[in-house]
Amino acid sequence: MLAWRRRADVLATLFFFVIVVSLFPLSTNPDPQLLRSIAPGVVWVAALLASMLSLGRLFANDHVDGTLEQLLLTPQPLYLIVFGKVFAQWLVSEVPLILVAPVLGVQFGLSRDTLLVLMFSLALGTPVLSLIGSIAAALTLGLRGSGVLVALLVLPLYIPVLIFGALAVDASIAGSNIQSHLSLLGAVLILALAFAPWATCAALRISLE
Amino acid sequence: MAILECIIEVKARVQLTTDKRATIDEVTDHDEWVKVMKINWYKYASPSNFYRLAGKLVPMFGIPAAILFVVGLYVGFFVAPIDFQQGDAYRIIFIHVPAAWMGMLLYVLMAAYAGIGWAFNARLASMMATSLSITGAMFTFLSLATGSLWGKPTWGTWWVWDARMTSTLILLFLYIGFISLQAAIDDRRRADRAGAVLAIVGVINIPIIYFSVQWWNTLHQGATIRLLNKPTMAPPMLAAMFIMLAACWLYSVAVVLARLRCIIIEREQEAGRVVPATAAATEFSGMESV
Repeated sequence: MLAWRRRADVLATLFFFVIVVSLFPLSTNPDPQLLRSIAPGVVWVAALLASMLSLGRLFANDHVDGTLEQLLLTPQPLYLIVFGKVFAQWLVSEVPLILVAPVLGVQFGLSRDTLLVLMFSLALGTPVLSLIGSIAAALTLGLRGSGVLVALLVLPLYIPVLIFGALAVDASIAGSNIQSHLSLLGAVLILALAFAPWATCAALRISLE
Repeated sequence: MAILECIIEVKARVQLTTDKRATIDEVTDHDEWVKVMKINWYKYASPSNFYRLAGKLVPMFGIPAAILFVVGLYVGFFVAPIDFQQGDAYRIIFIHVPAAWMGMLLYVLMAAYAGIGWAFNARLASMMATSLSITGAMFTFLSLATGSLWGKPTWGTWWVWDARMTSTLILLFLYIGFISLQAAIDDRRRADRAGAVLAIVGVINIPIIYFSVQWWNTLHQGATIRLLNKPTMAPPMLAAMFIMLAACWLYSVAVVLARLRCIIIEREQEAGRVVPATAAATEFSGMESV
């Protein structure tokens, strides 16, 4: 919960998310029908971009002051340490997004049921974003211009989450079955939980040797 | 000449090995088997040795590739009949389909080499992965470019957000990610390993991406060539397609090996080892290092 001491970072991510979402009605036509149809995609893409902002901080500060090397040397399995760090990052920078998403959804004229689906799909999908992002953050540790590089590495891998998440909300707007999309999202989450921390551990060892 | 002899010898022994493997259970001539297995395969894991082997292999693959390209394009453009629906525009598939196949194949191959280089600390395999990534990206881009050229007269649009096109585009992004990650890391060892992690994560993700995009939207025509079914194409079309596929395959081998030679020189020079090009003068005396 050390991250809470740097509240500015957390709030910056949150406001970035809000601002990006609000830009879309301004740049397109504020027709309620159109807004409703683009809302799922807009909210999800903004969540993707916002979650990428905080990835740089995941290991970078610990790397600079040498804490990360100490963590690697501890007798506890690195898997658990990575898992803990990713979970903390998700809690601090993604959970606020999930909580604020319904407010933005109301701006786009989504119904109450759809808002619930939106929150639920974000709750299933954002941990995957953190997990996959941690691999790229570990790989680019200490490199020049790593921020842009992280985006380049991570965004193609985010695509399945984006598709299933946005499709679930879409299906809810259209009133069709949402269960299949959410199940797939859950399956992706389970896969990411099993494999991503392992890949992150390997990437950390490579970056710090 | 010594190298050529060596290649011939290795080939002969490989033949012997495969022959032996068939009869090994019956004969169980252990000493013989051990003798067969004693070829020094590791010799070619050394970049400077492989540099020279690759030098011999490049024309061996490059020249047939050039010939097959000419033959394939001739058959494709002049012999194959005109498609009754698409007219002459369909002929672009003779480049498009092999390029798309190679793009996917080379990614898997690249990940495999990167993984081998990482697991066994074999720097030659990692160099191979780096070399493959650029050819793979080129083929992926080529398949997208030819696809959109074909789409204009046939579908009436340059680009459609269809499942296969989108997943090929994502494949191109993955290649670009791999290349730029390796370019950003100065330390070669770290670059090799970081690339390996990324490539392997990409390979696990490819089926997921593929199916997610598939369910998202699909318009592309289904596969026409299947292994078990009877092909629905005219024989000359099929022949041209397979000749072009073989040409692309041989071309990839030749170009990847030629690029690998450059990478070997570059890296060995950085590491302060003997550069094979300058070592060529001392080749006859069998010197590998100073």
